[in-house]
Parts: sequence; C-alpha cells; structure tokens
Amino acid sequence: MSNDTTAGVRALSSVSVGDALPPRTVHIDRARLVQYAGASLDRNRIHWDERFAKEVGLPDVIAHGMFTMGSAVTVVTDWVGDAGRVVEYGVRFTKPVVVPYETGADVEVSGVVKAVDTETGRVTVELTATCAGEKVLGRALAVARLD
Amino acid sequence: MPVNADFQGRVYPPTETYRVSAAKIREFAEAVGSADPVHVDADVARSRGYADVIAPPTFAVLIAQQCDAQLIRDPEAGIDFSRVVHGEQRFTHHRPLTAGDAVVGTLHVDTVREAGGHAMVTTRTELATEGGEAVCTATSTIVIRGAE
Repeated sequence: MSNDTTAGVRALSSVSVGDALPPRTVHIDRARLVQYAGASLDRNRIHWDERFAKEVGLPDVIAHGMFTMGSAVTVVTDWVGDAGRVVEYGVRFTKPVVVPYETGADVEVSGVVKAVDTETGRVTVELTATCAGEKVLGRALAVARLD
Repeated sequence: MPVNADFQGRVYPPTETYRVSAAKIREFAEAVGSADPVHVDADVARSRGYADVIAPPTFAVLIAQQCDAQLIRDPEAGIDFSRVVHGEQRFTHHRPLTAGDAVVGTLHVDTVREAGGHAMVTTRTELATEGGEAVCTATSTIVIRGAE
C-alpha cells in the first residue's frame, strides 16, 4: 500500500479511549438554514419562516435537526482525516435549536473516544452538542473505521 | 385521527432511481460545513481509493426522506405532518455514497407505537445500487405530537 492512500488518515494505533477531539462552534443564522434547506431538499417552513414557525407554536425559527447532526459530525470527520471512514452515526434530537433573527445561534460540539476495537479498527466517538447550555443531541455516537 | 398501527411491518416497493451527483455532494458538504476535500476533489477521492467524490455521512437523509414521504403523505397512515418532530436518526454505511451512484431506496415501516399521548413511527430505508449492492441503511424515528 502506498503512503498516498492513507496520507492524512488517523492511525488506529494513535487512538485511545478518553481522547478528546478538537471542539468546534457552529454558528447558525437564517442564511445558513436556507442554504441547508436547498441542499437537503428539506424545505419545511419552520426552518426559515419566522411567522409560520410561530403560527405552529414554536418560539421562533428552529434549525433542521439534520443540519445540527450533519455539522456536528465534522468534528469526527476532520479528526479522522477522511469523511468516508464514518461507518455508523446516530443521534437523538433532544431539544430544538432556536435561531433568532438578530443573533442566530451557536452550537458547541465536542467529542471523546468511548471505545477502540483493535480487531476491527472501529473507533466509537461520543459527541456532545449544546446550544445556550442545553444538550441538543442525545446518544450521539459515530463509529469510524481506522487502519 | 390516530396513526394507523396496521402500517407496522409494511414494506414499500423500491423508489425511482436517485442519481448521486458531484454537484449535489458539493452543495450538501458546503451546507453542513464539511471541509474535507474528498467531497469536492475527485483526485483526492481517488487517492483514498474511492471511485469519485463521496458524500458526507448524513447526505443519505436527502434520499431517505424522499422515501419516507411515501408513508407520511399516505392519507391512510394518519400522520399529521404539521405535528411531526424528528426524534432520532441513524445511518449505517456499507460504503460511502459516491458521485455516479444510481441508487434506489426501499422503505420499511419497522414500528408504529403510542406512548404518552404521542405516536412514534420508526422507518428504515435500505439504499442499494440498481445492481443490488447495499450502500446505506438509514433509520428514522418521527414523533407525531398528540392533540392538546
């Protein structure tokens, strides 16, 4: 195997349970949600139309849960060095991310290695995502396969 | 109208083919802020052993939600979309979705249950190439909030 193939991909031997991944803050504003709505084809108006969101009983526009899920996993893919190494990823949506017009919202994402299987190369990372001090994702686990 | 429990166990016929494009992968990667060049640079993707640029881990939702629509838009299912909240989502990737893939989705309604005045429906979309190669399993739980 040439070095090129694995260049930049984290080595299994360098990973230990308890390792912390570099955290990241994801800033979300309305423009970001419109961009995600177009990219994902999820055009539900609760994610960009404040008047509509309030009419259906929400405090304001809320972010797509799938936007939060998709942006949170970049903490894992950047750390691994290859987005194609993520073989499993699951979350619970525990709280909506409310996105006010003026300030937007900040989601703080961090991750820690929970398990390393040296036989299969599977590394399990637990992600924590909070907004205004509250967890917005629960049981957020990503499994990457490393060599 | 409550959610129709008879839908549990239902399997829908495979959907029309969805063609994964490099342009859509790029658009999605930019939208979620995934900076890995493997989403946009085919040379980088090939150097890592992929046939072409690959999609971010949650891209499959785009296809899976189109499959879910078969259930959600079915009046007989009794799902009031205005009361739907996304509860849980999971992906198992058998390999990354890759530009050029022609995939079909098969929707399975795994469970329909009531709890605390709400209904919960778990669906599973099996994404495979037209040739039958398994690519991704996407599992979604939606919560349909009960009337106040």
